[in-house]
Amino acid sequence: MSTIKVFINDKEYTVESDITIMQACDTIGIKIPRLCYHPKLAISSGCRICIVEVEGMRNFVASCSYPVNEGMKIHTNTDEIRKARKDILELILDNHPKDCNACVRDEVCELQQLASTIGLRERKFEGVKREKYVDDSSPSIVNNHEKCILCGRCVKVCAQIQNISAIDYANRGFNTVIVPAFNDKIANSICTLCGQCVNVCPTAALTEKNYTQDVFKILNDKTKIKVAQVAPSVRVAIGEAFGIPAGSNMEREIAHALKLLGFDYVFDSQFSADLTIMEEANEFLERLNGKGKLPMITSCSSGWMKAMEQFHPDLIDNVSTCKSPMSMMSSIVKSYFADKIGKKSTDIINVAIMCCVAKKYEAQRPELAMEDGAHATDYVITTRELAWMIKSAGIDFKNLKGQDFDAPLGLSTGAATIFGVTGGVMEAAIRTAYELATNKPLENIDITSVRGNEGIKEGSIEINGQEIRVAVASGLGNAHKLLEAAKKDPNKYHFIEIMACPGGCIGGGGQPYAGIRDLPFDPKLVNERAKALYKADELNKIRRSHENPAIIKLYEDFLGKPLGEKSHKYLHTHYKQKFPKGIIRKSKEK
Amino acid sequence: MEKQKFTDRFSTVFADQNFFKKQKRIALKNCGLIDPENIDDYIFANGYTALATVLSEMTPEDVIKSVKDSGLRGRGGAGFPTGIKWESTAKQVNDEKFVVCNADEGDPGAFMDRSVIEGDPHAIVEGMAIGAYAIGAKKGVVYLRAEYPLAIKRLQKAIEDARKANFLGKNILGSSFSFDMEIRLGAGAFVCGEETALMNSIEGKRGMPRTRPPFPSVSGLFDKPTLLNNVETWANISSIIVNGAEWFSSIGVGKSKGTKVFALAGKITNTGLAEIPMGMTLREIIYDVGGGIPNGKKFKAVQTGGPSGGCLTESMLDTTIDYESLTKAGSIMGSGGMIVIDEDACMVNIAKFFLEFTQSESCGKCVPCREGIKRMLEILTRITDGEGQTGDIEKLEELGNMIKKASLCGLGQSAPNPVLSTIKNFREEYEDHVNNKRCKCVVCEKLITYTINDKCIGCSACRRSCPVGAIAGLPKEKHTIHEDLCIKCGKCFRSCKFHAIDKTSIAKEQK
Repeated sequence: MSTIKVFINDKEYTVESDITIMQACDTIGIKIPRLCYHPKLAISSGCRICIVEVEGMRNFVASCSYPVNEGMKIHTNTDEIRKARKDILELILDNHPKDCNACVRDEVCELQQLASTIGLRERKFEGVKREKYVDDSSPSIVNNHEKCILCGRCVKVCAQIQNISAIDYANRGFNTVIVPAFNDKIANSICTLCGQCVNVCPTAALTEKNYTQDVFKILNDKTKIKVAQVAPSVRVAIGEAFGIPAGSNMEREIAHALKLLGFDYVFDSQFSADLTIMEEANEFLERLNGKGKLPMITSCSSGWMKAMEQFHPDLIDNVSTCKSPMSMMSSIVKSYFADKIGKKSTDIINVAIMCCVAKKYEAQRPELAMEDGAHATDYVITTRELAWMIKSAGIDFKNLKGQDFDAPLGLSTGAATIFGVTGGVMEAAIRTAYELATNKPLENIDITSVRGNEGIKEGSIEINGQEIRVAVASGLGNAHKLLEAAKKDPNKYHFIEIMACPGGCIGGGGQPYAGIRDLPFDPKLVNERAKALYKADELNKIRRSHENPAIIKLYEDFLGKPLGEKSHKYLHTHYKQKFPKGIIRKSKEK
Repeated sequence: MEKQKFTDRFSTVFADQNFFKKQKRIALKNCGLIDPENIDDYIFANGYTALATVLSEMTPEDVIKSVKDSGLRGRGGAGFPTGIKWESTAKQVNDEKFVVCNADEGDPGAFMDRSVIEGDPHAIVEGMAIGAYAIGAKKGVVYLRAEYPLAIKRLQKAIEDARKANFLGKNILGSSFSFDMEIRLGAGAFVCGEETALMNSIEGKRGMPRTRPPFPSVSGLFDKPTLLNNVETWANISSIIVNGAEWFSSIGVGKSKGTKVFALAGKITNTGLAEIPMGMTLREIIYDVGGGIPNGKKFKAVQTGGPSGGCLTESMLDTTIDYESLTKAGSIMGSGGMIVIDEDACMVNIAKFFLEFTQSESCGKCVPCREGIKRMLEILTRITDGEGQTGDIEKLEELGNMIKKASLCGLGQSAPNPVLSTIKNFREEYEDHVNNKRCKCVVCEKLITYTINDKCIGCSACRRSCPVGAIAGLPKEKHTIHEDLCIKCGKCFRSCKFHAIDKTSIAKEQK
């Protein structure tokens, strides 16, 4: 790599020749303020916050996109630059509500932090603001135009990472807004509700639909049995919201905090992840023996399910009929567990704590409802929402002693823990499928070929002399790529795992906002979360789903056998092609 | 067509009108003289000779050298040396390159490009074919605004005719060079005249500018090296080849060679297009070519460069027309709009007019332009409404200077120019509006007072015309206007046949 000399604030530095001014300044320890920039997204240079002065240039230069060259004299902090940045920031804030104290992102707002960094102390140019408009049509994501500062990160993450393009700019100039196609509501759009836009939004323009007030209300309802379940990836991320280093496993603290909040039972979605594996591994072996289509594709990710029904309806028969672990847990709680404690299913309120905003939509799917038509999962709240509830209830999360999840639906194996990371479902399924098919223990249960942060991974394992080829994709953009390849050559893979969010559930749309100094879905953060899950798997004495004693007992007492009659009633579902605005209905289809 | 007939037409069009005497026509050489829909007419007027010469006698390097030596600079506004642009695009190694013609003429009152395409479409086809040969492109695109139906029709016919005659297509004129082109229509966004937004629009994306670098010559249309020039620039190419670089560079002054077409508009006797050699003074073009200010009014200012340019005053009338001098005077060459303003015009109002245009044409991508121009317009509107506050002028300057230096593309970088240049040259008018709530030119509606003078015969025409009942008076007696009720619509003023209503703007403290 060749290097060049540049002058930054009158000091000489040697930097790589093919980087931008911003990168050069990063390497010498000067972090230029920035807003629309994100290292994983295309650079648009729209916010102009990162401008610097370059000697010899007539205008300021956007440091995020301008390359360094030999002898360049860069000034990052002159009076003129500081003043221009202040003016630009003020222009952004002048078109933004002044209701920070009443805003859901108070304290965790990137714009607020930027204002503090820039040091805005007076407002000179205030005038009209953009029109109020809140799109809360979707059960998952709320779009509040008033708070949007048009940085465009959401548009880019949707197009470039997820390859969906559910939202884009409309109108121009001061009237520019970011909306779904045809200026319609999110609920009618092709949005898969993965929530990555929420993750990258610097303000409260895009947020999850907040159910915390409803949950607080229900917790005070003495007539109901309140049951919580916690997704694997929540426990390794929630600490970040309390200033605890990324990758700390907080499962015992979460269980304790939920009890303090007033839940009667705190169960673990990892239990139902084990249950998912029992059903899914058996389903896979059945398909492998000619009963059903191959490759089989996983069905745990709610965002992926909506994407599949819209964009890949031809794969409906390839997708496992298993419900997601969340929905399995909710069904079992309202049937088996309700019987066990002598209650009716209507007496129980299921609250799921998920890393995901699409799960809010999944909970409302009619095909997942109980027999009486009521939703199996009553409320879904994200990691972020739980963190806020804990703070709001005055619980000293950091210093909690911690406690175990409740039995029996709180017992789980290491295989279930890794559901939270891309490749984890595949690895867990292989562990069980191999042993069920061969009756031999799997020698090396760490299946490293499907681990790691790459978007698409491939691996293979021999089962009874047959080579089973598997593939894993995380992020819908990668999923589209992998599935197109699989469609071209239907015999290429036997088993495919798809997760809608980059990195899997640990990178979900409901995870804590990255610290202000870290960027949203910072690869470092996601890696730490993944490491914590693999470590928990390693430390677990039981690492195969079919060895979970509580699962074995559930089959003995209630379900009978995997894929049996009761399993089909409570644990399996079906899919139907969907036609949101923008998906064209062909004349043959009804 | 016989040669005799051609000269006849020439003399009837040019006659000996003053308007043409000081002009020199290169880009417009055939406009109005040939039948633009007849390729034979163009060939008869020496058309496609340049292309034939290039293909038979010149290497691409020769062509680039010719264009470089001619000193031709981009006629779209920025004035970048055309030859250098050609050279850097030619240097790129890539299987696919494009030549693009920017015909998205959007300045209010400007129609240079339209006239060239409507009057001489083959000049564009020929120029682009020569450019493609020089840089090694096989495909050309003309980005033409959909609001020019006649231009679209004529250019389309020219392309088809040229294809039939093998001036376009495979192995042009028996050489190994192949090139074809097509028209893409713009949907009416001013910002799409910015080269990177234009390319986004051709690609089917939202017309928003891209950040530069990379420049189009490295990564342009569909991320391929792209040579993009304005209509007038392309129209100059064939003449440079035929007559030689030396001939071209002998016209003009300093670093600005050749001619420039201007669209004369506003308070000037001869409105219309005039192609003048660089180096002429503003005074010459306004008074000699343009015939001066009509109705015996006094000259006040001239806005060059359209909404992105600046206002120049009487003292700057001896500025020569070339890129450097106009920039030095505080305006720009721009694409050639020239709006003459007489003593009746309020400069604050003029600045507001231009800013209204750029504000509504901002694409919304970058903050300074999207938010900043809106705020500037709000302040200007406040000033013209008589609600200006102390410090407003300074705020306009602060915002304007920041927007100029911090915006992403040329639209934002030049949008504050009309405001900044009028503040610079007519600051007292701004101050009068802000401090005295007075518009001396009696233009800003809300600062006008209507009063009835002694000429009133009490006919009641004004009273009947007033929509808000602000005028009172008995028949045959002098009427009066209640200022508190008056909405300053001006209906009474227009209805009075006896000049009995005065339209004035009175300073606040004198009221």
